[in-house]
Amino acid sequence: MMEIGLNHYLALSAILFAIGLVGVMRRKNLLLLFLATEILLNSVNIAFAAISHYYGDLTGQMFAFFVIAIAASEVAVGLGLLIVWHKRHGNIDLDKMSTMKG
Amino acid sequence: MELYLYIALFAPLVSSLFAALFTATPKKMFTGVVASLLIISAFVSSTILLVHILTGGEIVHVELMTWMATGGLYIPFGFVVDQVSVTMMMVVTLVSSVVHVYSVGYMDHDKGFNRFFSYLSAFVFSMMVLVMSDNFAGLFIGWEGVGLCSWLLIGFWYHKESATWAANEAFIMNRIADLGMLIGLFLVYWNTGTLQYDEAFAAMPSLDTDILTWMGIFLFIGAMGKSAQFPLHTWLADAMEGPTPVSALIHAATMVTAGVYLVVRANPLFDLIPHVGLFIASLGAFVAMFAASMALVNRDMKRIIAYSTLSQLGYMFVAAGLGAYWIALFHLMAHAFFKALLFLGAGNVMHAMHDELDPFKMGGLKKPMKWTFIMMTLASVALAGIYPFAGFFSKDLILEVAFAQHHFILYAVLLFTAGLTAFYSFRLVALIFHGEERYKLFGIHPHEAYKFMLIGMSPLLILAIIAGSFKMTYFEMVTAVLPDTEYHIHSHLVFWIMTIGTQLFVGLSILYAYKKYANNKITVPDGTSKMENSFAYKMLFNQYYIPYIYEEYLVKPYRELSTVFWEQIDLKIVDASVDGIAGIVYGTGEKTRDMQSGNLSTMLKWMVAGTIGLLSLAVVFGLAARYSDEIKAILSGLGV
Repeated sequence: MMEIGLNHYLALSAILFAIGLVGVMRRKNLLLLFLATEILLNSVNIAFAAISHYYGDLTGQMFAFFVIAIAASEVAVGLGLLIVWHKRHGNIDLDKMSTMKG
Repeated sequence: MELYLYIALFAPLVSSLFAALFTATPKKMFTGVVASLLIISAFVSSTILLVHILTGGEIVHVELMTWMATGGLYIPFGFVVDQVSVTMMMVVTLVSSVVHVYSVGYMDHDKGFNRFFSYLSAFVFSMMVLVMSDNFAGLFIGWEGVGLCSWLLIGFWYHKESATWAANEAFIMNRIADLGMLIGLFLVYWNTGTLQYDEAFAAMPSLDTDILTWMGIFLFIGAMGKSAQFPLHTWLADAMEGPTPVSALIHAATMVTAGVYLVVRANPLFDLIPHVGLFIASLGAFVAMFAASMALVNRDMKRIIAYSTLSQLGYMFVAAGLGAYWIALFHLMAHAFFKALLFLGAGNVMHAMHDELDPFKMGGLKKPMKWTFIMMTLASVALAGIYPFAGFFSKDLILEVAFAQHHFILYAVLLFTAGLTAFYSFRLVALIFHGEERYKLFGIHPHEAYKFMLIGMSPLLILAIIAGSFKMTYFEMVTAVLPDTEYHIHSHLVFWIMTIGTQLFVGLSILYAYKKYANNKITVPDGTSKMENSFAYKMLFNQYYIPYIYEEYLVKPYRELSTVFWEQIDLKIVDASVDGIAGIVYGTGEKTRDMQSGNLSTMLKWMVAGTIGLLSLAVVFGLAARYSDEIKAILSGLGV
């Protein structure tokens, strides 16, 4: 059986990042956009943790914890705004949020 | 004594700035009064300085501060009161005091009363800088300053098209000449290494004659512009568009004599190059006759006096060119008095006649305007050079110089011009003051000017009469710095024949003018008489067609050339390239503004695209840096 090494983790991270990126670009639903953002952040977390383990340096894993904490607060704020938006406009469609049109 | 120097120099500046405070407000009498008082204080200071110099006091020389000091160039703001500059200071401050007082009355009903005093005092300040400076750079500042003030004052009534045109003409003609002057100054600096008068003149005798000749020529070109010598003379007659006090102060007594002052001041230079001096004298004699001939037939009172000024400037240049600098300066002084008086008298007449300038439409004004009549007649007598008025002493001296130096052609021209001068001066006086009262046809009720204006003019009247008696005092004073050549006709008999002959000739010209123009048969010319259709009359009346030639052969081609440059070069190259750059910026903005649609997912897509683009660039450059040696090897293998 093949040993699971750093490269596998990095490949997983890259695949997850790509999925997240596509989600960010394609999704029109704001809620799903948040999910895609979470996938992006977590793909990075995987890479952090894997590289940290590889070098035997805990800094990367600490950083991953920070990212999780920030992501949690970001989602809390984001969801709050999302609910307000939904109450006001009755939808959460990205294409209709264009008041900043140049 | 330095205190008086500062007062004489800066009182006009203070006056100008004070009047400038009120330029945007309606007429305030006190601006005129304060300005006049300040100018009079400058006059009093100049008088004290004159007395100081006359009683054998030392030359006052101050260095206010350093203006420029770079490398070998050192130019201070230095001012000097010596025998020559104190003469000029007296002339300038005296005439400007009279003109300021006179203007309080003359500009009485003008909307720009305060502004007028601001400009007029600024002019006096510039003129004082010009005459008091101890170096060429300071002289040049004053030179440009008086040019600027002249422009402001000629175009004082800027709502009149003709006034703005005349102002621009004067300014542009002076710029042309100033270029010559500037080249002259550069030559002085290059060859002597300094612009201070005393040092520069001390270094000149060791220079090459060719260089000195060029210096003299270029400096004289500057003088030609300011003093309106041929061929740069047309601006002076047109400058009469300005208010009359301006004509009296700037275009008769002071600014136009700056050219003569320059030649007198640079006398050590011109002494070294007598051939240039002879050219100056010849041009002066030519201008004297040329201008006098145009004055013979002109029908504009102020223009006649302007041509007369031009002609007298010619006399001054003859004297200066022949090396008789003190005589040139003496004539300058005497001329300033009677010519300013003549102009101010003309101003009175203009006021009385509601700005009518054609003397043929006046006549018989001696009854309503007795004092103006007396003043103008006496000023004309002085101008004609009748004994014992001021003009006799100075003008006769110039004739004697020409004769004593055996320049008989110059002498003959000047003598003939003296006759012409007498004729046109008294033609003017006769037409304005004698004969039938033709103004009645035009429904005008003339009145004499204010009392204080007449009293203000009286110092000039007195000086026009007695200035000649200062000749010896003056001679002893200025010859401390100017060559003290005295010109004697060797034979007494010849001298008396010349003097009496000149007087008779002038007297006959006056009588002829009276006979022809002081009768009751004069009518307003309507272009039908035989004289008016003669070739000579047309030639003179149209100023030898010189303004026409300038217009046709200089102004129009220049305008066409400018149009070509504008349409072909400015529009098609300069503007096109600037507009092109702006167009590219605009175009890219127009094309890319769709990116900023405000739609979050579109913008995210662009962001991702940008990140990928930058990342791939980073990768490419990273690889290129990593494998640079290999790439170079491959490229050299390909023979690049």
